[in-house]
Amino acid sequence: MSTTTMLRLLGTGMLKTVSIFFLTLLFSLPLGLLFSFGRMSKNGLVKGISKLYISVMRGTPLMLQLIVVYFAPYYILGIKIPSWYRSGAVILAFVLNYAAYFAEIYRSGIESIPIGQYEAARVLGYGKAQTFVKIILPQVIKRILPPVTNEMITLVKDTSLAFVLTEVEMFTIAKQIAAKEASILPLMVAGVFYYFFNLAVAAVMEWVENRLNYYR
Amino acid sequence: MNVLEINHLKKEFDGLTVLQDISLSVKKGEVVSVIGPSGSGKSTLLRCATMLEQMDGGELVYMGEKAAWEEKDACVYAPKEKLKQVRRQFGLVFQNFNLFPHYTVLKNIMDAPVSVDRVPKEEARQQALALLGQLGLEDKADAYPYQLSGGQQQRVSIARALALKPEILFFDEPTSALDPELTGEVLKVIRQLAKEHMTMIIVTHEMKFARELSDRIIFMEDGVIRQQGTPEELFMAPDDRVKEFIGKFAG
Ligand SMILES: Nc1ncnc2c1ncn2[C@@H]1O[C@H](COP(=O)(O)OP(=O)(O)O)[C@@H](O)[C@H]1O
Ligand SMILES: [Mg+2]
Repeated sequence: MSTTTMLRLLGTGMLKTVSIFFLTLLFSLPLGLLFSFGRMSKNGLVKGISKLYISVMRGTPLMLQLIVVYFAPYYILGIKIPSWYRSGAVILAFVLNYAAYFAEIYRSGIESIPIGQYEAARVLGYGKAQTFVKIILPQVIKRILPPVTNEMITLVKDTSLAFVLTEVEMFTIAKQIAAKEASILPLMVAGVFYYFFNLAVAAVMEWVENRLNYYR
Repeated sequence: MNVLEINHLKKEFDGLTVLQDISLSVKKGEVVSVIGPSGSGKSTLLRCATMLEQMDGGELVYMGEKAAWEEKDACVYAPKEKLKQVRRQFGLVFQNFNLFPHYTVLKNIMDAPVSVDRVPKEEARQQALALLGQLGLEDKADAYPYQLSGGQQQRVSIARALALKPEILFFDEPTSALDPELTGEVLKVIRQLAKEHMTMIIVTHEMKFARELSDRIIFMEDGVIRQQGTPEELFMAPDDRVKEFIGKFAG
């Protein structure tokens, strides 16, 4: 295999990895907020279910969750798994898993906002939704940026777990080429890629944090 | 007309009675101070009046309109829409300001008029700037709360409450969180409001201030109004508890 072929293959894997990363964030960040509401709900049933969900998703291996999400339609519903579902299952599993982590981050952020902020808003006549969107959420976002950044960095590395479903992302391809060519080079390239991807993630998040440093 | 009328207010926390049979009415332009030892229920009274706490009994009436009343031994509140109207009647100034840290001073003041009362933005802005001028903070419009001293923050929070043009303004120990040298600027603002005949209920430990400013002083103890009257009546009161309390603060 020529170096160019190898790099081209790794390039497609890179794109796949990047797309898993962004799609996971796109869906898990809002879904996590929803779960955090469930977790803080006054309704005992909603709260209980959310709590159980979060605890299971955080308490079992992501790799196992990937496999379960992929095979569940077949083993539970008896549906033949269509080929397009491979990528869908990868995203779905990542989203379901990361939403649980984000839910706990949101919750701690929301609970850290002083009650006085809610009371001031209430006396000024803000509605519940207005209070949350205008007063609470912006402050929550500022507070949770550091833990969210940590999760994002973990996510970059976790995308490699998609190899269990032989999704053709960076790690899967690097491993395949390495085996076929008996060379460690593809794995080195993959490592360098993950490293720089994470440097970029950290840099962007640091920039966002600085942007939000206009107040305390 | 009475701006505020509270009749036989009762409030419990976990079965413990914190306020008992509190009745009080405030006429337009009246300044009422509430004094009394810590834990006597002063904050709870303000929080019930501003509907941050639910009453367990009694009546709450603003401008002749009932916000809450008693029915079959329970307290019922008016429908949501009505309460929204009631909320426009009052403002509350907190002990620790509770400014919105992510908003500039100007936005802290004009945001509620704009997003709650639907006042046009430019009008709200002009009005906020005018308020800042009155309170001697015109150069702080673009500052963030963390950049201000406690006294300045409290003045901004007063401006924020005034921007909604309330009929009555409540203050819960507005100077207690401030360094002694900063209380003056806040008291000055409240004095100015009294001169302009703003209706106010002020919970305070500043005895001298309460005495010179108030039309009426209420002394609370153990969840009841123990004494009330004009400053002269109260400060000359024969009541030992009142005397003892005032003596402590006269320093
Ligand atoms: N949220 C609450 N839960 C339980 N008890 C409370 C609560 N708020 C106030 N209390 C109690 O009610 C009493 C009156 O408190 P408060 O109104 O804060 O008094 P003051 O403002 O005069 O110091 C105190 O005994 C206090 O412990
Ligand atoms: Mg108090």
